[in-house]
Amino acid sequence: MGFINVKKKEVQIKIVYYGPGRGGKTTNLDYINKKYKQRIKTEMVSIKTHGDRTLFFDFLPVDIGKIHGFDIKIQLYTVPGQVKYNATRKLVLKGVDGIVFVADLQKERRDSNLKSLEQMKENLLSHNKDAFKIPLVLQYNKIDLQNQGIPLLTVEEMEQDLNQELRVPYFVGSALAGDNVVETLKKIISMTLISFRKELQ
Amino acid sequence: MVLKEDLLSIGVHCAIIIDVAGNTIAQLDNGRCSFDVVSFAALAAGNFAAVDAMAKLVGEQQFSLHFHRGENESIHFSKVNEDILLICIFGQDVSLGFLRLKTTEVIDKIRLIWGR
Repeated sequence: MGFINVKKKEVQIKIVYYGPGRGGKTTNLDYINKKYKQRIKTEMVSIKTHGDRTLFFDFLPVDIGKIHGFDIKIQLYTVPGQVKYNATRKLVLKGVDGIVFVADLQKERRDSNLKSLEQMKENLLSHNKDAFKIPLVLQYNKIDLQNQGIPLLTVEEMEQDLNQELRVPYFVGSALAGDNVVETLKKIISMTLISFRKELQ
Repeated sequence: MVLKEDLLSIGVHCAIIIDVAGNTIAQLDNGRCSFDVVSFAALAAGNFAAVDAMAKLVGEQQFSLHFHRGENESIHFSKVNEDILLICIFGQDVSLGFLRLKTTEVIDKIRLIWGR
């Protein structure tokens, strides 16, 4: 559960962008960083390789204002998507309050989506968290590729693959163009805050 | 957390208590520190978690001394309990040994407060 500082009247919430490699997690954060530049006081922190792939995580803190007199501070993280980095993914998931699963619409990435989601469920279990209970939003990313003639999966196929059991909200978007990036973020923030309130009551 | 005055009084520039998820719980500095504490906490938690995981891989419970020395600023990490870490940023005027003694004292005090 997130962190509440009663003295400073502050709530800190950790949201992690999870998903297969080259799926657009970092691009989501890049877009948010660009779009809300004025409201984000600090630089985005990225630990990445020379090839610009995420090595450990990206980190972006966003203040969204006050609720009941408490400052709400959202901390956005991404995990490294490459298969070999599961140990680091597990570390980043520690203390997570809400997850955005960024899936890749490209047909050839179907398997990676499935594997990544399965592994996420296992990783959450290792922190005693349940993918069916934690606030979770799916984002089917890269819809912009359809204009370039790249074979994409349909939304129905994505739903059947990933969301049949979970039944969580989803957005079809393009992290590169910014389509539905903000909507995804708003949804996960509101879901996380609602679940937070329930836990407190 | 008045306790951290124990650390600032010996010349520590900045002391931060964070949880292992990277949230800042408390922070106190000498007024001359101007770095981004929020990002620092996130990185520190990640760094600590990575070193902890490395320790487990080589069969250690943990590495008890976790410390980075810089030319002007050095960073010392210590584990308070399973959930929280204490980080001290200090200059060359503080000796590592003295700092380690002090942090051990402070950690005991924090544990008392945390246990309440």
